[in-house]
Amino acid sequence: MAFLEINGIYKSFGKTEVLKGISFGMEKGEVLAIIGSSGSGKTTLLRCLNFLETPDAGSISVGGETLFDSLSPSASDSEIRLKRLHFGLVFQSFNLFPQYTVLKNVSLAPELLHTKGKKLSKEEKSRILCEIDANSRALLSTVGLSEKMYSYPCELSGGQQQRVAIARALALSPDILCFDEPTSALDPELTGEVLRVIRELKTSDRTMIVVTHEMNFARGVADKVIFMADGVIEEYGTPDEVFGNPKSEKTRSFLEKSLENP
Amino acid sequence: MSFLEVTLQLADGFMTTLLIFAITLVGAIPLGLLITLGSMSKVPPVKWIFKTFVWIIRGTPLMLQIILVFYGPGLLFGAKALPRLIAVIIAFIINYACYFSEIYRGGIESIPKGQYEAGQVLGMTKTQIFFKVVLFQVIKRIVPPMGNEIITLVKDPSLARVLSVIELVQAAETIVSLKSLIWPLFYVGAFYLLFSGLLTLLLNYAEKKLNYYQG
Repeated sequence: MAFLEINGIYKSFGKTEVLKGISFGMEKGEVLAIIGSSGSGKTTLLRCLNFLETPDAGSISVGGETLFDSLSPSASDSEIRLKRLHFGLVFQSFNLFPQYTVLKNVSLAPELLHTKGKKLSKEEKSRILCEIDANSRALLSTVGLSEKMYSYPCELSGGQQQRVAIARALALSPDILCFDEPTSALDPELTGEVLRVIRELKTSDRTMIVVTHEMNFARGVADKVIFMADGVIEEYGTPDEVFGNPKSEKTRSFLEKSLENP
Repeated sequence: MSFLEVTLQLADGFMTTLLIFAITLVGAIPLGLLITLGSMSKVPPVKWIFKTFVWIIRGTPLMLQIILVFYGPGLLFGAKALPRLIAVIIAFIINYACYFSEIYRGGIESIPKGQYEAGQVLGMTKTQIFFKVVLFQVIKRIVPPMGNEIITLVKDPSLARVLSVIELVQAAETIVSLKSLIWPLFYVGAFYLLFSGLLTLLLNYAEKKLNYYQG
């Protein structure tokens, strides 16, 4: 059984069927790139994994634990909260908290998660907060933003904001980190710094799913590539297979178009 | 009547104005939040009840509402009338809470969905998202429109004279009719200007403090 197992995910919005039976598996430490034209359901798939949308049918499991199954009764809010911690999500539009410093953006969620609603002695609490603080600083240095720790998001460039968002998502050490078109909202000259950070994360053996329009990035970094079209997985394989020798006519024409206007 | 005597008498009326101002503010700010929650409720009947209530209160003059709170219970149920000042304050709190509630609602709805989603993805509870992520951003956004209402609230207590409550304007009118002096009526303006000027400075300060970040 694969580390991440996704089986028969269906999702409709009203009468529009967005996902029509998505199934795939991923091994730990793998990087999966999902490509496809707008409206093919890539983002909806990521949102389903992160419990921002509830699939109409299908199941999701990580490391043998079933996180979602449309056949079993729906989970409570607090259960969902714990389950979604298996996944991290980096948004296209960053969604940093504007009122907090960069450091606080990274440390806020772990602080709430590990200290709220728990009976802790003063020493324990301050020890936990210390650890979180150190970890947050380390993550910011991983994404190359140690110097901006005390800045506010509005003082950063888009690329820097997205790197903070990556550090923030890493702070809860998710099993699988998802990126939803992480560079689509960025100017071309800022895309590189974000892609570089994602590429560097790969060496540290993290499982990642990246929805992207950056074909060169997908080809260079991903272990597996999924091409989605009209809510189904049209093609799945290694980058060499998908980019070098696409089997499907749809994949071929999509790749031709996207390589025309890179 | 000397300037000092007039000033003292007006200051007395001004105290009542300030009292109405302060208690209304303290009462209407939290009550407004309750009304916001009601009018944003996911249960349609609850939502419509609150929306209708806000429509009625915002759609009728405050002066009428003051009269209604004072005479209404007696006319409808034969109840003993409330003390006049209390009736005024009740009407003010309800009226301002409705206006505040709409400002809150606008503020809450202006927060991008992505802020909630970021909180959710990071495993926060709904309460944590509201208090740790959204609330502060809402406060920053509603300070200017709230400032507007608060400045209006400085002047509205003059409506209390429909129940012969001696607030600032009523105090001046009393002098006008008893002492045949007209200037105290204009002098009243100085009281209002001074106080609203003070509030404006305070609100500007708050706005500036909250402006340490953009967005």
